[in-house]
Amino acid sequence: MALNRKIAYIDLSTGKIEIRSIPIELRKKFLGGRGLDAYLLYNHTKKGCDPLGPDNTLMVSGGILTATLASATSRCHAMAKSPLAGMLGSANGGGFFTPELAWAGFHHLVIKGKADKPVYLWIHNGKIEIRDARNLWGKTVPETQWAIRDELGDDDIKSLVIGPAGENLVRYANVMTGIKNSGGRTGMGAVMGSKNLKAIAARGTMDIKIAHPREALEYNKRFIDQITSAKVNQTQGTLGTPFIWGATNSWGGVRTRNFQYNQMLYCDEVEPESIDDNCTETIGPYHMAACFGCQVHCRAKYRIPSGPYAGRYDEGPEYTSQGAFCSEPDIPSLETLLAANHLVDQWGVDNLEIGSLISWAMELYELGILTDKETDGLELRFGSSEALLEMIERICFRKGWLGDTLAEGGIIASERIGKDSFDYLIQVKGMSNLHSDERATPALALNIATSSRGSDHLRSRPAIDLYHLPEEVLRRIYSSPVPYDGPLSSEHTEYIGKPWQVFWQENCYMAVDCLGICKYHTTFLGATLPNFEDWSRVLYYNTGLELTAREIWDIAERCNMMERLFNLREGLKREDLYRGDMLNHRYFDEPTRRGAPDVVGRVIDREKFDKMIDEFYEYKGLDKDGNPKPETLKRLGLDKEPSHLL
Amino acid sequence: MEPMGKVLAITPEKCTGCRLCELVCSVFHDGVSNAARSRIKIMKWESEGLYIPMSCQQCQDAPCMIVCPVKAITRDEKLSRVMVNHDICIGCRSCVAVCPFGAMNFNVVDRKNFKCDLCDGDPQCVRFCEVKAVEYVDADRVSTAKKKAAAEKITAARKEAAALESELH
Repeated sequence: MALNRKIAYIDLSTGKIEIRSIPIELRKKFLGGRGLDAYLLYNHTKKGCDPLGPDNTLMVSGGILTATLASATSRCHAMAKSPLAGMLGSANGGGFFTPELAWAGFHHLVIKGKADKPVYLWIHNGKIEIRDARNLWGKTVPETQWAIRDELGDDDIKSLVIGPAGENLVRYANVMTGIKNSGGRTGMGAVMGSKNLKAIAARGTMDIKIAHPREALEYNKRFIDQITSAKVNQTQGTLGTPFIWGATNSWGGVRTRNFQYNQMLYCDEVEPESIDDNCTETIGPYHMAACFGCQVHCRAKYRIPSGPYAGRYDEGPEYTSQGAFCSEPDIPSLETLLAANHLVDQWGVDNLEIGSLISWAMELYELGILTDKETDGLELRFGSSEALLEMIERICFRKGWLGDTLAEGGIIASERIGKDSFDYLIQVKGMSNLHSDERATPALALNIATSSRGSDHLRSRPAIDLYHLPEEVLRRIYSSPVPYDGPLSSEHTEYIGKPWQVFWQENCYMAVDCLGICKYHTTFLGATLPNFEDWSRVLYYNTGLELTAREIWDIAERCNMMERLFNLREGLKREDLYRGDMLNHRYFDEPTRRGAPDVVGRVIDREKFDKMIDEFYEYKGLDKDGNPKPETLKRLGLDKEPSHLL
Repeated sequence: MEPMGKVLAITPEKCTGCRLCELVCSVFHDGVSNAARSRIKIMKWESEGLYIPMSCQQCQDAPCMIVCPVKAITRDEKLSRVMVNHDICIGCRSCVAVCPFGAMNFNVVDRKNFKCDLCDGDPQCVRFCEVKAVEYVDADRVSTAKKKAAAEKITAARKEAAALESELH
């Protein structure tokens, strides 16, 4: 059987390590990656545990297809209870770590307890060793990885590490690998830091058996043609993800000055083409890099052309950095963007969260809610590069009252700052939103409100909704592998049909995260990219596991419900602004002020929004309060959880 | 006899570092995913973003062939490649030690050396490399691209010189 993969349980308090095989029955229920992690999280954490205490359990995994010929099987998943608001924590990053982990013999790690001094895990050909990391503590993300290679004398070692932000328990610190590949949401780096775990290093030469090698090769070739023929991927491969920011900003879907505007003006210097020009000038015409086995190669390489960090090498910046360091704080400076991107990569912190919180603090400062007393004299104004870069450092190293406060994440920070600061915080379930502004796009608003890890664009966003695709195209996509004959609308400002699209995308992205492949290889930004039918075949050729498209859909639905069960156990309530499926009042009360004619002057209609939630809950088999109906749990085989099978 | 034969031509600056070539190489030859079994390997300097694909050059006067004490290594002129006969090979690893490119590998599981065999004329690394960092071309074409680039530089320099001269007059 090709599918003989291992899981390791590591208790950092006792040093005990246990290795087991992953039973095929659980593969058929949860596949792997994020789905199986959700099962493990629900089974291995107790309700109400301290996210930064030894009782929290950290899962690190590859997908069921990691290191196989399914194309772009690089994704690494990390899951634990999130230190941001005590809800689901889940982060996903690319790079080369999980294939190496797989060749070293493991697909899933379950890490418990807390080491009494800094340690790292050394995973090599079926063996796991807990090693002293005192000499690594304090090192940046790249420094840590190179030091591990030096110590163990092997340049092929791939490590998942934390930077100073994770050590300092910044509640949105990343887990990272390579120069910039980040599992960058919900503070999984802080969870590692709280366990005194600096890094997980892997190196392996073990075979991953491919069930049907010839068929896998041929199907992969077809897959690649499908992926590289999509216009969206060709653009990604040239301009990287900044093209998304550019396109979204042009019609008015980008948060500016925290949430005051929905479009950044006078931003030529930070447009995708300008960023690309700098890459060409500092690196050369071929400046795009790729994650493991991927043909989209969306990662740009660059050097910082000027300023205090001139000459430094880094990768990106992604569109998330443009949002976090350009539009949200309203700073149209390329030098600042590249420098800020470099700092977060070095120190290992979530660019979305830190940029969003600094922009929130800027708005509070301009409103007088924060004063020079709290900022220690720093003029925290929109447009100030100095303020942005200074605050990134203060937060990562918890310097000063405000740095320490913002390091706690939006909800705790708003409690400390007091007054009506919370009203200005653009978050869901404690996690700040991406730079996108969803007031003109109800489908996207529903997506961020109901996403399991908080305000997030990678859990259920029907991004192709923005393309005004003909209804028959939408119907072809959204009525397979389960039939759907309800309404669908090509209009992105509409409310009808959107709950189904969000439900479909939620299952699509969950399947992707279970398989361990990248979302640029599915129906995310491109309408012609692979989904359920293709995965059924690619799964069979590579692992021998026979599942129909419909069965993969059912698994995805089950895994999403597993995450929901965790959130409900930790206190999710439908309309709770802190831990519910609810948006900040500004979405309903403040109309958009800029953008295209069909975008300007928009708010989300509260009544229609509620109806969308009702409908979305119905598809998921939830009651009006958002709790699963007993028959739903029975249908999904989750009525006996926690079942402690692994 | 047909002249030359095709060779692998590598343009390192085009490589995105994805390592799909390593994966398809191991699946094609051994039916498993394992970068350690790949005949081609991307050498990386990650802190500078440099990725260099390395594989066998199929040398004419191959050091591996010369050093082999049992004459297990020969040239296959039809496909212009250097081949190992594992029925004769004694596994002494002299070839691994002597190869100037590190292209002769040794598999610790099977206890055998292994090297690029150009997949019998349809190199999978080439087939799967979308950015064409690895190509399979007629030997006489390898230097053409470089010739052209150099010639372009000369042309540009001439034009500049001519422009300067006309400015002076």
